[in-house]
Amino acid sequence: MEPILRVENITKRFGGLTAVNRVNLEVNPGEVVGLVGDNGAGKSTLIKMVSGVYHPSEGAIYFEGKPAVINTPSQARDMGIETIYQDLALAGNLTMSANIFLGRERKKKYLGGAVRILDEKFMLQEALKLLETLDVHLPAPSAKIEKLSGGQRQAVAIARALYWNARLMIMDEPTNNLGVIEQAKVLDLIRRLKEQHVPVILISHTMRDIFAVSDRIIVLHRGRKVADKRTSETSNEELVQYIMGARDDFEAARA
Amino acid sequence: MASQSRAEALSHPASRKPRSTQQQAILAASKVWSWIFLAALVAYFSWNGTGFFTLRNSQNILVALVPIILMGLGQTFVIISGGIDLSVGWVMGLASVMSAIVIRDQVNSGTNVEIAILMGFAVGIGCGLIAGLVSGTITAKLRVPPFIVTLGVSFVARGIGFLKAEGNVVGGQPVELRNLGNESLLYFVRGDEGGLYFLKKPDVIGAQLRLLDRVFTWPVVITFIIVLIGMFVLAKTQFGRHTYAIGGNKDASSRAGVPVDRHIILLYVLSAGTSALAGVLHTARFSGGAADAGDPIMMMSIAAVVIGGVSLFGGEGRVIGTVIGAMILAVLQTGLIMINVQTFYQYIVVGIIVIMAVLMDQARDIIIGRAEE
Repeated sequence: MEPILRVENITKRFGGLTAVNRVNLEVNPGEVVGLVGDNGAGKSTLIKMVSGVYHPSEGAIYFEGKPAVINTPSQARDMGIETIYQDLALAGNLTMSANIFLGRERKKKYLGGAVRILDEKFMLQEALKLLETLDVHLPAPSAKIEKLSGGQRQAVAIARALYWNARLMIMDEPTNNLGVIEQAKVLDLIRRLKEQHVPVILISHTMRDIFAVSDRIIVLHRGRKVADKRTSETSNEELVQYIMGARDDFEAARA
Repeated sequence: MASQSRAEALSHPASRKPRSTQQQAILAASKVWSWIFLAALVAYFSWNGTGFFTLRNSQNILVALVPIILMGLGQTFVIISGGIDLSVGWVMGLASVMSAIVIRDQVNSGTNVEIAILMGFAVGIGCGLIAGLVSGTITAKLRVPPFIVTLGVSFVARGIGFLKAEGNVVGGQPVELRNLGNESLLYFVRGDEGGLYFLKKPDVIGAQLRLLDRVFTWPVVITFIIVLIGMFVLAKTQFGRHTYAIGGNKDASSRAGVPVDRHIILLYVLSAGTSALAGVLHTARFSGGAADAGDPIMMMSIAAVVIGGVSLFGGEGRVIGTVIGAMILAVLQTGLIMINVQTFYQYIVVGIIVIMAVLMDQARDIIIGRAEE
């Protein structure tokens, strides 16, 4: 099976600092890959190269088998790489459907296209159908985002990405600042994405979450990949050793 | 049972702390207080002010509302997007002067009067659009705070306006222009032989003129149409949606593909445009162009927007709110005069109302929980 995303020997230097050092990474269809590491290990930098925020200093990215040049976040999104940051990039004063369709609103045309009115009904129905597939039911679908819970907001952000044909979802600390029940709901959302064969890269500090949903776990330490293991074949204790830098599976590759 | 309620609380953080009756009351009050306040003012002045509740006075109020509402309309869009436009008053004055100069010169050089008026309006509004383009471009592209940019543009417009007008009122306007600014859609003549006239001015002369009321003068009609268009655009179109989105979360809008910079530029063009329209209508109403035409009303227009419930934090507000806000100010102004309160007290009252409106806005934000984020 061909991986959706393949990153080869990718390196990012900021002046004298090497934030990401020759990392290889593959994500297969329908796979949830957990990305862990201490603060400053290079997780965010690595992800930002895939989502078009940073340009790699060296190395190559292949998306769906083809070499990908990703210069801007919007290019990444056009290819189907959707990143959901902690702030979720939602406008709190707009409704759920207004957010899902923001920038790509559906309009009804009158007077030969001279007058174009927002098709609220269509957008709301599409949005509700989508949330249905994620098994999310909002008590008041036309409430503003700021009135929704953290988990519901996550669901809206994911739904938006899905609606616009996300082929790879990158989620940065999605369970941060959420209550226990909400955390479980977000993990459920990730399982739903997997069911729909949308691969996910999950960045998290919470090992319990990583173990709950991931198929494979990649550990970064000081910019280098030090472990790439099937979730079923590792343990919390072992991962902590990798994270602390006490173990390194790729020591031979070190230059 | 306890865990059940905890689960619910977590899934609806807004309801984590159930709202007290008092909070609910404030929330409800913040939505409707301006309507109730307006109704109370009208009732009070009708009771106490001799002749407040008359056709003539209502028309005077509408005429006074024209520049406040026009400036407030563009401002409503700008403030909802999270910006502010302090140049509206002097842009209005510049447009008034430029239109008056063009009309005077064209008529003097023998151009057909209607064409001269059209040219004058086009130039006046064009100057406004250019001012808005400058404000918007510097705000959006160079990331200078709009407060500063529009303050600067305001001074430039003020200077150019006075220079072009040579420190005077630009007169020499044709009678057709005065008619456009003062004649009306309907006429009402009191008395036994009177009645209502539509689009046709009755032949009244001498002392009878005192019995004639002009109902809905052309500037009022034009403003009404512009307000309807503004309401429609803000509430029903993609342009309006993007205006709210930018005010709610600019970065998110940008990431979602909203052309944020272009939109912000258009908002300042819109704001300066409606202000310039107020300027050319001023020229028509007073048969002259004045650089300081908008000066006394500009702060009133911003006050109207704030009283109308447009959040200065951006993201919230409606055109009808601004209209209500402007009406409160206009009713207050006329009403206080009619009950013989010295003019200067108006300012004090307006000031108190503006602060009250902002407090309402903040109380609402705190209760909804937005202010905590």
